[in-house]
Amino acid sequence: MRIYKHPILEIAEAKIVTVYMDSQPIIAHENDSIAAALIASGISVFRHTHKTGEPRGVFCGIGQCADCLVIVNGQPNVRACVTLVKEGMQIQSQSGYGQVGTPL
Amino acid sequence: MKCADILVIGGGPGGLGAAIEAAKAGASVLLVDENPRMGGQLYKQIHKFFGSQTHYAGQRGFDIADTLIAEAARAGVELLPQTRALGCFDEGQFALLSLANQDATRLRTMKARRVILATGAKENAVAFPGWTLPGVMTAGAAQTLANIYGVLPGKRILILGSGNVGLIVGYQLMQAGAQVLGIVDVLPSVHGYEVHAAKLRRANVPIYLGSTVVEARGETRVQQVIIGQVDACFQPIEGTHQTIECDTVLLAVGLSPRTEIAAMFGCDMTFERRLGGLMPIHDETMCTSNQTIYVCGDLAGVEEASTALDEGRLAGIHAAAACGYGDEARHARVAALQSSLNTLRSGMHGQPRKEAKNDILQLAHRKGIVGETI
Amino acid sequence: MRKVFIDCPQNIPCNPCQFCCPTSAITIGEDITNPPQVNLEKCIGCGRCVAACPGQACFLVDTEFHPGIASVDFPYEYLPLPTAGMRVQAQDNCGAVLCTGLVVAVVAAKAGDHTPVVRLSVPREFAYQVRSIAHLPAE
Repeated sequence: MRIYKHPILEIAEAKIVTVYMDSQPIIAHENDSIAAALIASGISVFRHTHKTGEPRGVFCGIGQCADCLVIVNGQPNVRACVTLVKEGMQIQSQSGYGQVGTPL
Repeated sequence: MKCADILVIGGGPGGLGAAIEAAKAGASVLLVDENPRMGGQLYKQIHKFFGSQTHYAGQRGFDIADTLIAEAARAGVELLPQTRALGCFDEGQFALLSLANQDATRLRTMKARRVILATGAKENAVAFPGWTLPGVMTAGAAQTLANIYGVLPGKRILILGSGNVGLIVGYQLMQAGAQVLGIVDVLPSVHGYEVHAAKLRRANVPIYLGSTVVEARGETRVQQVIIGQVDACFQPIEGTHQTIECDTVLLAVGLSPRTEIAAMFGCDMTFERRLGGLMPIHDETMCTSNQTIYVCGDLAGVEEASTALDEGRLAGIHAAAACGYGDEARHARVAALQSSLNTLRSGMHGQPRKEAKNDILQLAHRKGIVGETI
Repeated sequence: MRKVFIDCPQNIPCNPCQFCCPTSAITIGEDITNPPQVNLEKCIGCGRCVAACPGQACFLVDTEFHPGIASVDFPYEYLPLPTAGMRVQAQDNCGAVLCTGLVVAVVAAKAGDHTPVVRLSVPREFAYQVRSIAHLPAE
């Protein structure tokens, strides 16, 4: 669902980077937010809630609501809408509150 | 420790207007914004703006952002994007957190003689069964995805709210290639300007008035939405329901001022429904109950980019004057800006805001909130 | 001759139409919420206002384009753009199809800032009702 032609905006050729969502490779554009890259790849479920396991995705899109939290390179509670992708980034959908560090 | 005359928090049209005027008056100005670049929501606005020449009318929002940022840089404003203002510590130290680096220097403190808050607004939400499903998002989120990242949030889109935000985002998503299946609003008539509604009507987008979203359904994302007509209490009427197959629902149900920092700085608040809800009380100089804190733009009552720009300019002139900067010409400039704001606050959308703003000013007078005379 | 026709009923604080007009045929005045006043004597049908109006409320109409045929100029900010010679469905302000129209010209001037202006010829009786065309399918 990328926009390739636009009557107002000039769509510049973007450098392609590869990131991983739950170990599956995803083709993203440099300067994509994680949210934009996932949605462009048809992924709309970013996490599941703690109590009832309901799916959640992008809601506010500007870092205010914390609905789009994912795990990035092991770090939970990263806001997908305001965090840009990086080559090789490992993204995981988050369940519940997420765990910081490795349990002893 | 670094000490600026004026710290401006928020780099949208209000904050940029404030920073430009204060710097032109001769004050040293630091402008911080947590986003990767200045401009606030202007870069998402790909339509041509209303207003007059002094508000860059007829230009597209992203071009206005470029113009204002360049003007700020020329005026000598120090621009610090990717920097979040955390708060104020003892002895007037402001804490700024850099989001660009992770090292020990990322938390910095500085002093400022006056602070102008231009933190803008946040979008409201409305709850209905299924509103937490992926695919339900704010209109601004869809606008960000489409106009900043070049990604459509969905293919078949329904919008709740017929204000200017809902109408404009609907038009922009069609320009980007999505199908807009309808605009839904509980009101009996379109809330935004008819010329914006006409852009959608001409493209055959139905506008369901006196109606609301009853439920969004789907397993892992929205697959269909039930809409229905509402009674006089805005409750859905049985038997009027219809199903719309869509993958995205956008909420365009108004904005509220982002008041967190103003509250932290001890600015007295009031609730003004006509300007978006809770907001800091301010006088004509845009000064709050904390004499060192000024406010402008959507934080000081949700309006338009053009009014935010003018209010920011006013706040910048007054805050600079309070620091001892500015020449005699500033009085004429203030009068011109107040006249410009009066003009913007007329017509079907402007007049109620003018009345609400006047009530805020009177409240400020009753509470003895008076900025330093210049 | 082509003349401007403005459909701007709501006292919007806005005045680019006045400032883009090279002959001062459109007047808003000091109070920018005034509705635009048109002096048709002065209008030269250049169409700058059609592209400039943020509300897409300015049109050009030539009722004498050909015998029984009028031309209508309107802004069209979608892709794909129509091209001259194409037959398209002309629509009114509510999206209802009025008739088939013939695209006479599509002007995407730099001054229009990404707002192309489409000139369509239609039967004269629809001259003041045509506002746009049915969107063309993606290429």
